[in-house]
Parts: sequence; C-alpha cells; structure tokens
Amino acid sequence: MSGDPTHRLPENELPLAHRLPERDRPWMMRTYAGHSTAKASNELYRRNLAKGQTGLSVAFDLPTQTGYDPDDELARGEVGKVGVPVSHRGDMEALMEDIPLEEMNTSMTINATAAWLLALYIVAAETQGVPQEQLQGTTQNDIIKEFLARGTYAFPPAPSMRLIADTIAYTVEHVPKWNPINICSYHLQEAGATPVQEIAYAMSNAIAVLDAVQERMGTLPGGPPGGWRSRPEAGWPKRGCEPEASVSRLRSDPSSSSSARISHGDPTRIAEVFGRISFFVNAGVRFVEEHAKLRAMGILWEELGRERYGVEDPKLLRLRYGVQVNSLGLTEAQPENNVQRIVLEALAVTIGRDARARAIQLPAWNEALGLPRPWDQQWSLRIQQVLAYETDILEYPDIFEGSKVMEGLVAELLEGARAEMAVVAEHGGAVEAVPYMKAALVDSHRERLRRIESGEQVVVGQNRFAESEESPLTADKSDPARPGILVVDPAVEAQQIEAVRRWRAERDQATVDAALAELARAAQVPDENLMASTIAAARAGATTGEWARTLREVFGSYRAPTGVGEASGAPAQDPDARDADGGAAARELAQLREQVAALAERIGRRPKILVGKPGLDGHSNGAEQIAVRARDAGMDVVYEGIRLTPAQIAASALQEGVHVIGLSILSGSHRELIPAVIEALQEVGVTAPVVVGGIIPEQDVAPLRQAGVAAVYTPKDFDLTRIIADIVELVGERNGAVATV
Amino acid sequence: MTGGAQLGARLRERDLSAAPATLNLLESTAPADREQARALLREVSPAALGGEALGHIIGVTGPPGAGKSTLLSALLGAWRGTPHDAGGQGRTVAMLAVDPSSRRSGGSLLGDRARIEFDPADRGVFIRSTAAGERLGGLAWGTRAAAQALAAAFDVVVVETVGVGQAETEVAEVADTVAVIVQPGSGDVLQFLKSGIMEIPDVLVVTKADLGQVALSARRDLSAALRSLGRRSTQVIAVSSLPPASGVDELMQAIADHRARIDIPARRLRARRGGALTDFIVEHGERGLRALGGRRAAEGWLAEQDPKLDEAALLKALEERMTR
Repeated sequence: MSGDPTHRLPENELPLAHRLPERDRPWMMRTYAGHSTAKASNELYRRNLAKGQTGLSVAFDLPTQTGYDPDDELARGEVGKVGVPVSHRGDMEALMEDIPLEEMNTSMTINATAAWLLALYIVAAETQGVPQEQLQGTTQNDIIKEFLARGTYAFPPAPSMRLIADTIAYTVEHVPKWNPINICSYHLQEAGATPVQEIAYAMSNAIAVLDAVQERMGTLPGGPPGGWRSRPEAGWPKRGCEPEASVSRLRSDPSSSSSARISHGDPTRIAEVFGRISFFVNAGVRFVEEHAKLRAMGILWEELGRERYGVEDPKLLRLRYGVQVNSLGLTEAQPENNVQRIVLEALAVTIGRDARARAIQLPAWNEALGLPRPWDQQWSLRIQQVLAYETDILEYPDIFEGSKVMEGLVAELLEGARAEMAVVAEHGGAVEAVPYMKAALVDSHRERLRRIESGEQVVVGQNRFAESEESPLTADKSDPARPGILVVDPAVEAQQIEAVRRWRAERDQATVDAALAELARAAQVPDENLMASTIAAARAGATTGEWARTLREVFGSYRAPTGVGEASGAPAQDPDARDADGGAAARELAQLREQVAALAERIGRRPKILVGKPGLDGHSNGAEQIAVRARDAGMDVVYEGIRLTPAQIAASALQEGVHVIGLSILSGSHRELIPAVIEALQEVGVTAPVVVGGIIPEQDVAPLRQAGVAAVYTPKDFDLTRIIADIVELVGERNGAVATV
Repeated sequence: MTGGAQLGARLRERDLSAAPATLNLLESTAPADREQARALLREVSPAALGGEALGHIIGVTGPPGAGKSTLLSALLGAWRGTPHDAGGQGRTVAMLAVDPSSRRSGGSLLGDRARIEFDPADRGVFIRSTAAGERLGGLAWGTRAAAQALAAAFDVVVVETVGVGQAETEVAEVADTVAVIVQPGSGDVLQFLKSGIMEIPDVLVVTKADLGQVALSARRDLSAALRSLGRRSTQVIAVSSLPPASGVDELMQAIADHRARIDIPARRLRARRGGALTDFIVEHGERGLRALGGRRAAEGWLAEQDPKLDEAALLKALEERMTR
C-alpha cells in the first residue's frame, strides 16, 4: 500500500496493512418504494431523499410490470398495490417531478417492460431538459429469473431476450452511465435456491445475456441467417462453440485462449457491455457463508470475462452488485426478530471490502404481515446508516484476506457452482434450461420447508422459542384504523382507470397510432433495435398496455413452466431414517396419505384440489409447494399456475370437478380478487369450498371468511402437511364423509 | 329416470353442460356410482343413439416437451374458429388430458390444463385432467368410457396422453384417429423409429417446424420409414405454433381426411370389444380369462355379441359368462 499517510497515521510511520489510509465511502442507500399513484410516490421519494437516502429504487405495480393498463381486466385489484402505476409519460414525469434526474441514481425494478419504462424515463428527462447521456441508474431487465421465480414476464423467451439485448446495445451507445441489466440471483434465493444454485444460475443467466448481446451487436446490420427466429425456442442462436467446451474453459485452464469465441463484432464493444452488467443478489441469515458466496461470484465473474469474452481491463472485470437482503426468511411470528435478521444479512454484504455491495436496499421488519409503511422503511434505512456511519467496517482493508475458513468456503462454493453451470450448459444454456432450473428450485425449496417443519433448521419464534409476550408493535393490528401496515386506498384503482382513459382521450390519437404501427413494423424485423420505436411511442403518448399489446400481437404470449410436474416425489420412506424430529414429519405425511386413501374410497374419487393464483402476482413459490405437498399426500392436484382471472378459475373448478379450491395471493389484492372468484364460482354453480393462503393481514381474515372463504393460511402456518390435513378434513366434511383425524 | 340415465339423456341431446357431472360419475369407484355410470352409458350406446356417436374421437400422444399443449391450444382455436368469433359456428371440443400419477403417494399433479389456452366463457370447450391412476401406462376405465360418452355430445373429443410406447397402444384402443407428436432434434424421432409402434399413428406430427433443416430431415426420416412399412396413407405434418403459426390447418385437414377414410362403426366396435376385454383382465386376471376359455375364445365370443352394446354392457356380459 502506498499513498499519503493520513491523519490516522502517526508521523514517520509506514502505512499500516490493517487500516485504510482513508475511510471508504458508503455504498448507495436505497429503499424499494412506490405505491398508489405517481404523485403520492413522488412525495414519498422526496421525503426519503431528505432522510439521507442516496438513490431511488422504484417499485412498479403489477399491471405496469406485466404490460397492462389500469383498466385491463387482469389489472383488477392490483393497481397501485405493490408499487406505483406508470401508464404513460405523464405518470413518469409526475413520478420524477422536482427530482433532478441529472444527479439522481434511479434503480427500476422492471423486467418484461423494462425497455418501455426506460423509454419513459428518457422522455421524462427530456422534459426536464436532461439529455440521456447524463442519466444514471439501473433497469432490472432480467427475464430468465421471471420465468424461474417471479412471474412478471410478458413475452416468450426469444423476443424477451431480444428486448434485453436491444436495451443493452442502446444504452451502451446512448446512455453510457446506465446499468441496462441487473442479473438477479436475489429471486432465486427467494424461490428456495441454495448458495450454489444461486451462483450457478446467475452466472449461466449472465452468459445467456452476454451471448445474446454479442450476437446482436456482432451481426448488425446483416443479422444471422433467419435472424432471431432461427432458434426461437432457444432464445439465442447456437454458435460454433459447444457449451461444454466453453464451460470447460471456464474451469480455469489459463492456457486456453478464448479469442476464437469473439469471432465477430468489436472486442472492445463486448468488453464495454461486460462492464455494464451488474448483479442483484440476496443475502440470507447464514451470513458467513453468504459473504463467501459473494466472493465466489466475484472470482467466477472475472474468470468469465477474461476467458469467455476476452475482457482485460480490471475495472470492467469487477463484479458490481446491488443487494436486497432475504425476505423468504422473514417471519410473521414475532416479526420484531426480523430486525436482527436484516442487520446480520446486511453485514454479509458489507463486512468484507473485496466483495462489498455497491447499493443496498433492505426489506422492512413487517413484510410478512403486509405492505410496509414509510416508517417501517425508514427503520430499514436507519439500519444501513448505523452500519455505514457508526460502525468501523468502512475503515479496514478486506478483513477476510488470508482467512482459511473463508478461502475454504469460497473453494467449496466455486466447485459446486462450476459443476451446476456445466449441467445448465448441457441443457443448452440458461434459456433452454429454464424447466430444469425451475424444477431444481422447487425441489430445493421443498427441502428447505421440510427442514423447517422437522425442526432441523431452527427459525426462532416460529418452530422454536415460540412463546411470546404480547407485542406492543403489533398490538393495534385489530384496530382497522391503525393496521400496522400500509393499506392502499381502494379508490386508487378507480382514479387510475379514470386517469388513463382521460389521457387517451386528450392525446393526439393519430400520432400514437402511427408510433404503434411503427413499433409493430420494427418488431417484425428481427435485426432492428426496438428502442428507437419504443422511445418514439413513449414520446407520442402511448400507454404501457398499448406498447405491450402491440408486441404481444407480434411475439405471441407465453406461459412459463411451473416446475411442479417435474418436481420429484416425496422423500422415500426409509424406516431407519433419522430426522431431527425422529422422522415425525415423514410419519405425519404417511398417516395423511392413509387418510386420503380412505377418504377416496368413501367418496368414490381421490380428493381433487385446484391450486391457482388469481391476479397478476407471479410469486408462485407458496402455491407450488402446496401443490407438491398435496400431491405427496395423495391428492389429485390441478395446478393452474399464475395470472388467472376469476372466470378462468371458475371454469376450471367446474370442468375439473374439484372438491376444493386453493388460492394464493401475496400482492395485497385479496380483498378484491377473492370475493370476485367466489362470485364467479357461484355463477357457474360450483359449491366446492375455497381456502386462501398468502400475505393476509389479520384484520382481513374475518371479511374473507364472511365472503365465504373456508380457511385462511398465512406465513405463520409453516407446516404444509398440517395445512393439507386441514383441507382433507374439510373435503371430508363437505362430502358427508367425516375423516378420522 | 336415475341420475346417471338423466345425464346420458342430456348428452344425447347434446347438452354440453352435462359434461362435468358425467366425468365425476364415470371417474367414481363407489359401487352405487358404478351402477349409475352403467345407466349413463346405456343412454349413449349405439343402441340408444341409433348408430355410432357423431363426435370424432382423436388420440393425441407424444413425449413430454414435444409441444403437445401448444399444439392443442392451436388446434382448439382452429376448431372453435377465431377466438373472437362467438357466433357458435365452430365445432365443440372436449379434451381429456391424462397425466401419469405419482406411484408412491397415489396423488398426481395435473399441470397440462394451465398450458392450454382457451376462453373461459366459451361453453363449447370442456377440458378435464385425469390421473392415469394405479393402472400402469394405461387409460383408466373412466377415461375410455368418458371419451365414448362425450362423443355423443361434442363434435370433437381429444384424449391426450404422455409418452412413447405403451400410451399409443392404449389410446389407439379408444380413438378413431391417433396423432403422434414428435419433436425434431430431440432424439424423439429415433426413439420413435426404434419403438416398433409405427403402425399406431394415423397422422404423424413434427413440431417446431421453425427449426428449419432439423425439422425437415426429421420429417423425411419418418416418411421414409412409413413408406417402407407400406403405410403410405399416414400423413406427416410439420407444424409451428410460434407466430406466425403454420401447419395447423393442414393438420386439421389430415385428421378430418383420416376420419372420412375409415370405417367408423367397425373401428368403434373393435374398440368397445377390445376395451371390455382389457377391463375384464384388469378386474379378474388370467384366472378369469381361463374361465372364459382363453383370450381367443373370449374374443370369438365377443365378436358374436350385439354390435350396439356399449363397453360397460359387454364387460358385464363377460363377467356373467365367467360365473356361469
């Protein structure tokens, strides 16, 4: 270490290896926020910035994320719930009002419609007089994890990858400070990924994106024979290099040169692109291993850059990542314990200088209860500020350098990740491997739940130390006026519907029609970059729903694999197996299976359940786990997947002759959607009972039961076998056969 | 009239809303329900209908991932007419999707429905997922009976099964026309050529025609193999369900052509008699078969029975003969 001695160092002494000459600057601090309307969210952003937040993180509502306007049938109940609705340039301008965009660093959690929201942001900046060259921020823009874990996709894989490649190619040239994509391992962990899976799938995902961009930039303007449709299912065209070969190269054989890989295109361009790719990762409460995971990712990323893409500039090779720490592990039981979980998880991504996050946003302590209020989010911001400004973590060089434990953990993770990356490559890369990865995640998540149910994995306050004094923090939750969570005004949806209709009526329709026609034309030309026509449509005043509909008409729509069909069966019943609970969980399931078989005999058919998610919420993990467990208990399960309308659910329930209907909602739209489903069921004459699971605040339970819901399950009910047993008993009761439980 | 007979009468009058209750009844193993099921089937037997049911029973089978669901969505749209055409001009369609059950737990995950696109308000479409149940590789009794019953009410009845090999033979037992789906470049084609079941399909479908050369050569290999078996009339159709979709109209035409070509009453009669014997063996095993004097004697005896009898009645007759 050289450099000037600072005031920390006494005169005439060498700089110390264990101290930095100068305290590091803190990471960028954000809060994932947005709700109700652009105006309300803008006020929230400005308050947050005044409180010391240093960047913005925009949460969009589900209709905006999936490309529907507020007045679309599918948007019902979802407008302004989990984020802000942005339907056109007017909304974006209002969202960013009085926030100087030449200074702001804005992260947008937007994927399927990322190209569109980026276009709206560029146009809003124009209105402020800020040229696009000055814009800084991030569009999440990672579609593979939407197919795997989050569910807000809009188009099939191939055109989705095209849109991503187009935004990357565009921003590298025209918005050079923008991070066009955040490769997300975050959502994989939320879907149950192990650290090895998280690393391997994220890296494989990055390879798919980089290859797609390379292909696109390298072949413009001529394009490959047959263009992008030459291998539509694959998402990106195969090249001369076999995936296995490239992975073996990844296994760090330093002698093998990868220059052959970049057979066309400008190598400095792909290096630039490589340098613009950033990651969005997760951190769980096993924070030592989680830190090792980030170090392993840094090593793999650098290797990938050097060996696969020929990048040499060390600055471009550095892994840059932002973080939102784990929400999956946050509990509804004794939610105050989530604060210490969040602190420890934040430590995982800040403690070691060599693998420190660039930007952090933390979840709120009460996320498992409902949508957090501004005060809850402030608490999370203060956690970051205490870490950055009160503790000493920013004063030292990397504190794990030379640690045997850390090195060993990193080596372990690297070995596992490389092996798993090879499997993905064998499937033909990340896009082709989506069904494989999805099934693997469903399996991992099931294993995680099994460990929690059996007590092998301790969750304080939930499966151990569950006794509690009454909490003053949640004591007033029975008071509808002070629910302890954010409740979006139900009038917002009607207002937004009215607003978007007014917008459509007041704009110059001919200009919009022409812009959308141009977009449709460009979409049909595989080699044309869609950003230009997208920005033109944004400028003309087109809406989010119109942009997406235009592209859906060209690209077709798509349903991602559910992963549940492929998920393996229940673990074998080894009588000698010794779980932490002495096999009690397995015995309980076996016993339930007997009950199901007996019930099937009594009522003539195997009890049949319909599992589905109404609305636009794509977080399907819970529904998938219920489906798999019901199957393992011996039920016939019709798994309907995500994004269902009440009419679809009713038609399926009727045609399938199910005995019970299980609905899952996490987006807070249960108050509108569940009664709508029940009404639709009554309309077609289905009398089977409805049970509901999800993030349902306690004060909403009674109204749901009044509307006809037979049972409500929340994150507190972590024992899936018990939930299924409950449902089986319900089916027995309703069919005149009293199950013996 | 009993509940079962009533349902049968409604189907005979082409009341499509009787379909869900029909399936609930036919899938039930409760003795009382079985009795009702027989009554239902009597109402839609050739004797009651005055001939064979008019619906076209189509078997669609192929390995997982071959693109069955996508293809069925496209076919469904084509049979019903364009989705916006609510004029009722389209043909009514029932689909029975058979999924393999988990053998350990007896439960099953029926995920196909989610992948077939249809308008929930369209009363002319009925989709039902069923587990194959304990019968290894076979169609459950209820599924075969359901296909035959629904053919009295719907214009098209699709029976969809998964797999290469066993499933084709089973589906051929009930369908008028069997379409086998293979995906090019996946090893399916080779597998299929090796499997020795080239006799089964009436129409071969090669999906993902957009793959270009790979799809073309798959199609060529299959056509050559069919020619060498002397099955020149079996059409090989290439389809792509990606927009712009192609081949779906040709496939629909090939399926219709096949139906026009074959002797439906003869095929249905063979299916009913074969099905009854299969069910008899499942119920009573080899010992039961011996009581009938062996398979050939049983087949000979079945061939002498009234051609208008439905499958359930034939099964009952076999059982009576056994105990006599």
